[in-house]
This record gives sequence, C-alpha cells and structure tokens, in this order.
Amino acid sequence: MTRTPIVAIAAMLFAGAVTADEMEYMPPVTHAATLEECSACHLAYPAGFLPPRSWTAIMATLDDHFGENAGLDAQTRAAIEAYLVANAGRDRSTGSAVVLRISDLPWFRHEHEEEVSRRAFEKAKSWANCSACHEAAEQGNFDDD
Amino acid sequence: MRHLLVLPFLLLATPVAAQSTTAAELLAKYTAEAGTEASAERGQALFLASHSGGKSDTPSCTTCHGTDPRAMGQARTGKPIAPLAPAVNPERFTDLKFVEKWFGRNCTSVLGRACTAAEKADLVAWLSSL
Repeated sequence: MTRTPIVAIAAMLFAGAVTADEMEYMPPVTHAATLEECSACHLAYPAGFLPPRSWTAIMATLDDHFGENAGLDAQTRAAIEAYLVANAGRDRSTGSAVVLRISDLPWFRHEHEEEVSRRAFEKAKSWANCSACHEAAEQGNFDDD
Repeated sequence: MRHLLVLPFLLLATPVAAQSTTAAELLAKYTAEAGTEASAERGQALFLASHSGGKSDTPSCTTCHGTDPRAMGQARTGKPIAPLAPAVNPERFTDLKFVEKWFGRNCTSVLGRACTAAEKADLVAWLSSL
C-alpha cells in the first residue's frame, strides 16, 4: 500500500513528467537560417519543444516532411540541424520511438485535447498552427490565452 | 555556453544575398533552357490540374495556393501563403534561388518529379500574365 505513491513518483520521474506550465514559455528560434526556412510553412517551432534525436530524425527526412518535400541545400540543412540539436529540449520519452510531432507529446495532448473546442480547431486547421490561438507564439509565449 | 556553441553555425548560416531577378528574366531563362515558346494556357492547366504522381496530401498546386493566384493561399498547417501573381505580390519572381527552391520542392510534392524548364516557363508566363 505504502509503495504505491513511491512507485507513482518514480514512474513520473522516469517518464520525465512535465507540467504544462513549463511549456508556456519556450525561447523562440534566434538562428537566422532556421527562422527563415522553418517559418515558411509554419511557426519556427522553438528547439526546446523536441529532444535532440527528434530534430535529427526530422532533419534527415526533409524530402518527406509530414507529406511534403521541404528539402534544403546540404549546408543550410546541416546548420539548421546543428542549431536545433544544440538548443533541443530534454528527452522525456520512455520508449525507443522517436517523436516527430510536438503535438504527439503527452503534455501537448493533455493541454490541448480537452481545452480546444472543435470550432477553434477548425479555425486553426491543424495543431501546427500555434499562432491561431497563441497570439504571441512567435515570441515564445504559449500562454493559455 | 550553449550560445557559444551555436556561434559557428550562426556564421555558417548567414543568408546569402538574394539573387535579384524579374519575371521577364526568369521567363527568358526557362524559355531558353526549354528551347520552346512558353504558353500561359499550358501553365494555367498544369497549375489547376490534379496530378497523381506526387505525394497524396498535395495532388495539385491549388492544394495550398488555391485556384486564384491573385488571392492568398493556405498551407496544410493553416499558415497563409502570400499570392503568387506578381501583379498583387511584387516580391514574387525577384529571387532566383527562392524560385528554384520552391519549384524544386513543390514539383516533387505535386508531380513526384522535377518540373521541366518548359513547365516552369509556362507557369511563370501564366502567373505573370494575371
């Protein structure tokens, strides 16, 4: 009986449990090439939202970037990957699967799934569109409203 | 410390100066490479058609750019895309590297292959005629 909370706490630690509050501010991208290239089709997501191996995997598969070709010349690609990896967040995952979408992370799902109405989601069109609701997302502010 | 680590890459990635060009210059360049006259009608047909050779999420140019190049488009992410027609968006066709990057990406996404010089000439001819 008394072991249960300990197990629960240990599980949280190993899972790298994260409170949503931690994610309400994330330093925005400052690297010029990353900002330019990664903001062409969506917000230039702050590097801290994904762990290093996620960025490495994303930057290795730009020819099929979530269903589109986002290929870059070799030099720009390498510079962007280096910036993202150097500024990446902690790896909080438990399994071997590499998370490619910030919107697949447990804290993201927890924060958004019940709070975002269907109407708000339809207006945003996709989870990729942070700025639809977070007006200061480009400044790294992902506050609730 | 992190900032110091990033510094070399910042220097590496300093954007190169935009290569200045115009729609007329691009049209001349692609037409010369193609060896045939450009056709705005063919460009329009290519732009509006649904294709099957590319990625399933992007069967047509219009998937993201919409059917009227004088109007805004919208990426699948929800982010707006500025109009393609230079008549309403003077920034279009002013940077050869930018134009080549996006032809390269989007022809692959939509057609599953690079666009030919003739196709690029046709598209530039149509978009700059609007």
